[in-house]
Amino acid sequence: MQVIFEKSVKERATAQYPKLDVEAMDLASLTGGVLRENDAEIPELSELDVVRHFKALAKRNVGVDDTFYPLGSCTMKYNPKVNEKAAAMEGFTSLHPYVEFYRAQGTMKLLSHLEELLCGITGMAAFTLHPMAGAHGEWVGMSIIRKYHEVNGGKRNRVLVPDSSHGTNPASAAMAGFIVESVATDSNGEVEIDDLKSKLGDDLAGIMLTNPNTLGVFETKILEIAKMVHGSGGLLYYDGANLNAIMGKCRPGDMGFDVVHLNLHKTFATPHGGGGPGAGPVGVCSKLEQFLPTPRIVKNSEDDSEMPLIWSDDFPQSIGRVSGFYGNVGIAIRAYTYIRILGEAGLRQASEDAVLAANYLRVKIGKLFPVAFDRMCMHEFVVTPGELLKNGIHTLDIAKAMIDRGVHPMTIYFPLIVSEAMMIEPTETESVEELDRFIEIMEDILDVAKNDPELIKTSPHKTVVKRLDEAKAARSAIVTAGFN
Amino acid sequence: MSYSPHVDADKRKMLDEVGVTNINDVFADIPESIYNPNLNLPPALSEQEALEMLKDFEELNLHPARSGNYFLGGGAYNHHIPSAVAAITSAPEFYTAYTPYQPEMSQGMLQAIFEYQSVIARITGLDASNASMYDGGTACYEACAMAVKQTKKTRILFDSSLNPHYRELLKSYGENVELDMVEIPYSKVASDSIDSISEKMDNSFAAIVVQNPDFFGRIVDYSKLAEVAHKNKALLIMVVNPVSLGILKTPAEMGADIAVGEGQPLGLSLNYGGPYLGFIASTKKLLRKMPGRIVGETVDSDGKRGYVLTLQAREQHIRREKATSNICSNQALCALSALVHTSLIGKKGFRQVSELCIQKANYAKNTLGAIDGAEIVFDGPHFNEFVLRISRPVEDLFAAMGRSCEPGIRLNRWYPELEDCILVAVTELNTKNDIDAYARRLRDWLCK
Amino acid sequence: MVPEELKYTKDHEWIKVEGDEITVGITDHAQSALGDITYVELPEEDEDFSAGDSFGTIESVKAASDCYVPVSGSVVAVNDELENTPEFINSDPYGDGWLVKVTLTDATELEELMDSEAYETLLKEEEE
Repeated sequence: MQVIFEKSVKERATAQYPKLDVEAMDLASLTGGVLRENDAEIPELSELDVVRHFKALAKRNVGVDDTFYPLGSCTMKYNPKVNEKAAAMEGFTSLHPYVEFYRAQGTMKLLSHLEELLCGITGMAAFTLHPMAGAHGEWVGMSIIRKYHEVNGGKRNRVLVPDSSHGTNPASAAMAGFIVESVATDSNGEVEIDDLKSKLGDDLAGIMLTNPNTLGVFETKILEIAKMVHGSGGLLYYDGANLNAIMGKCRPGDMGFDVVHLNLHKTFATPHGGGGPGAGPVGVCSKLEQFLPTPRIVKNSEDDSEMPLIWSDDFPQSIGRVSGFYGNVGIAIRAYTYIRILGEAGLRQASEDAVLAANYLRVKIGKLFPVAFDRMCMHEFVVTPGELLKNGIHTLDIAKAMIDRGVHPMTIYFPLIVSEAMMIEPTETESVEELDRFIEIMEDILDVAKNDPELIKTSPHKTVVKRLDEAKAARSAIVTAGFN
Repeated sequence: MSYSPHVDADKRKMLDEVGVTNINDVFADIPESIYNPNLNLPPALSEQEALEMLKDFEELNLHPARSGNYFLGGGAYNHHIPSAVAAITSAPEFYTAYTPYQPEMSQGMLQAIFEYQSVIARITGLDASNASMYDGGTACYEACAMAVKQTKKTRILFDSSLNPHYRELLKSYGENVELDMVEIPYSKVASDSIDSISEKMDNSFAAIVVQNPDFFGRIVDYSKLAEVAHKNKALLIMVVNPVSLGILKTPAEMGADIAVGEGQPLGLSLNYGGPYLGFIASTKKLLRKMPGRIVGETVDSDGKRGYVLTLQAREQHIRREKATSNICSNQALCALSALVHTSLIGKKGFRQVSELCIQKANYAKNTLGAIDGAEIVFDGPHFNEFVLRISRPVEDLFAAMGRSCEPGIRLNRWYPELEDCILVAVTELNTKNDIDAYARRLRDWLCK
Repeated sequence: MVPEELKYTKDHEWIKVEGDEITVGITDHAQSALGDITYVELPEEDEDFSAGDSFGTIESVKAASDCYVPVSGSVVAVNDELENTPEFINSDPYGDGWLVKVTLTDATELEELMDSEAYETLLKEEEE
């Protein structure tokens, strides 16, 4: 397919701006002569040309609305349409971030209430909605931990991260100025307690955990781990990527976590947008509240019925500003709508259904492909190609064969500790019929892989492009379209 | 209300298959003492009730009578967005998709990001761009981090005419990794900043960061500063308003190594500050130091052109603590909006909106500056905003202008010496009538 | 399969010693484990290193690997060809795929290195 620049026709204009309604002045003198030499080479198309171009691109893309999307660790649940409607309400979208506070009371009240609801869901004392993605939240959380130790005089610069963790964990900890050390996983798929014990110490700042972890396994010794880490003066960081397993079933705060980040675009059904925008709010226990980023929404100390809420920078111990304004407000509005519609029982039900569906698939798929750490799982589980490896069939091949069969592949080659990992997360919004259809697809792939492995190894066959040469892409590094 | 499709029979079927009798058995790994907590949430709502509730929140937001009465900028601007932008970006194939990790079923988003990268490169004049960052401020820090990696030095130099929020962000981010963020006072004559920054500059710095137009809307040609930076084996990072690049000399033409900025003016709603879009562009030489996702062109096994996420060995999921950044999510849908927006306004529209902004802002500057009791603080060329000093307290101005107009941004929180000033922004949405009405009201109040 | 005339490190680098100058590259095993190599970042000439320092990075489609100098010394030559054809490391790891040449400051450091036999044993161990 042509790139949009190749469709451009000289002088073909589209959107028109109004005529200048003031007397025109000389551009060279207005700018002091600081003018660009040539106009930017932006395409020239009619509105219909543009609409058709992007319609064609949309057809070459697949979302949750199109098909089953069991991407482990990403919680690709259905994104309710009402959330989009909510965020698109003009009273929200047209608000400039620098309006006087009295003009923004509606949005501020919503944000403030969302902070409260997230505290209830996680068992934390206070939340910030500033972080604009999960990894951004991790960095904010680790910065808070750093500040806490600094204020308390501890020279603690070491952070532990399980070897099964998301890559963002060590990267975020490093960006927050820590040295990162890995903790091993035991034969049950949980944190290896002896290894953890040997890595405690008075230079330990904390540990970053996901629970359930990236194998879909609940860390059963979490209370013991919390005691150990706290006992050595460290703090516990909760990566909320997998919160969809435990809403209303247990809370990170009750497990002993001091800082958590949530992914609103996973757990709270805001759309992934083809890679973003997401939102990664951070919650803390009460002793860390003073370190939260600024500005924060607080009650107006002056009695002003028109302006009960204000943004305050008056937190001297804060880690400071972490986003341009107030975070991804539009995403917060969507998540708030979702939480209010589901309510407490609805959220609990969502987690129960997500975990039940995952276990159903684990048992059924487990008959086809070996399950890594086969035990009762939470919202996701990991399998491997097993015997198929002998036919030269790898995880990547299975993923590509799924594409030909109309479902989006699961997460592949993650977590890194399981060789040839395939991580499956069905979420609560897929019906049993859909799960059964997926099982049939996996049966079919297994069958074909045994009888005609070449067909699987060369898949996908039915897509707009076949397997792409990634080595060529990285070597030639063509990242922009050339000029015609 | 619930979005879960499972009826009792479905649940029974699944429980049977798992080999348990009760849902609690599935959660047996959770310690009893913390199981099934109370969340203190309000009761569930139907969709209808939820929309009514949202309407109540929406109505608590008090907007000026018309968008032409907004004179607010400071890094986020009110622009016209063609209707087709929302129509196109609301395609669920785009917005309900994940990151394009499986290129064969994600060519749509991959090609769109590739085109977006191309637009950013063409606007800034630089060679390369990534798939987008969270917002302008975080992009500005990531550019500094690139400079630190490239030069192996840890000091960054800028003056206080850089967006105050960006400066705060640089400090929050830099503190963690012990970067030395050196800030010097802004120059009263904008172009003097070249000398004041050059005087402070030595070869211990990794980068100079300048904003053009600066936070006060002032335009400067920073070409000389690029030479100073390069002589000291440092990079020049330029923060730009993309709309200004419809007419202004580009970062590349000035010799900048990296350009970053807030992409919101390219077709994104104000949204009370987000989601926005940070863009980052650089020379080819710095491409492999870039953070985040990058889309590259390649071919498939039949030799057909296609797109993939590329240069992934820079990123956190491969390099973990040694990655160029921890960033994972980008703002893909916002980048798509920016691409669609620029495609719709086209080459001509991109220049036109830039000209409308500078012409109208300068009309407003001349009109408001001519009022007795008001003056324009800084001489020299301005793009779409300017600082206005008034003879009566700023605090009272907002009451005097009333609910129908938002006259500008107070500057006292960042610039105590400008406590009697406001920053006024003008875009194509502010008509001559809006500006004249503003001037009338201001004159009446100041002359009282 | 492993050239007998070379020395080896546990990081899967090979070293060819010629007087007081050594040439460093990565082994066939290492290139195969990395897969299609897409980019190599190498030091400047005249840069000094201590034994064990990282002198560069090799990137493939799905991995990135640091390279370490096995002995202290100063870089005298860098394989510039790799800038445009990093795939030489895949196709000819012991020849055209060499990375850097370094002058030795302390020849005794060479004694730490493995011979081909010891390296083959290491490969076998790692396989298990």
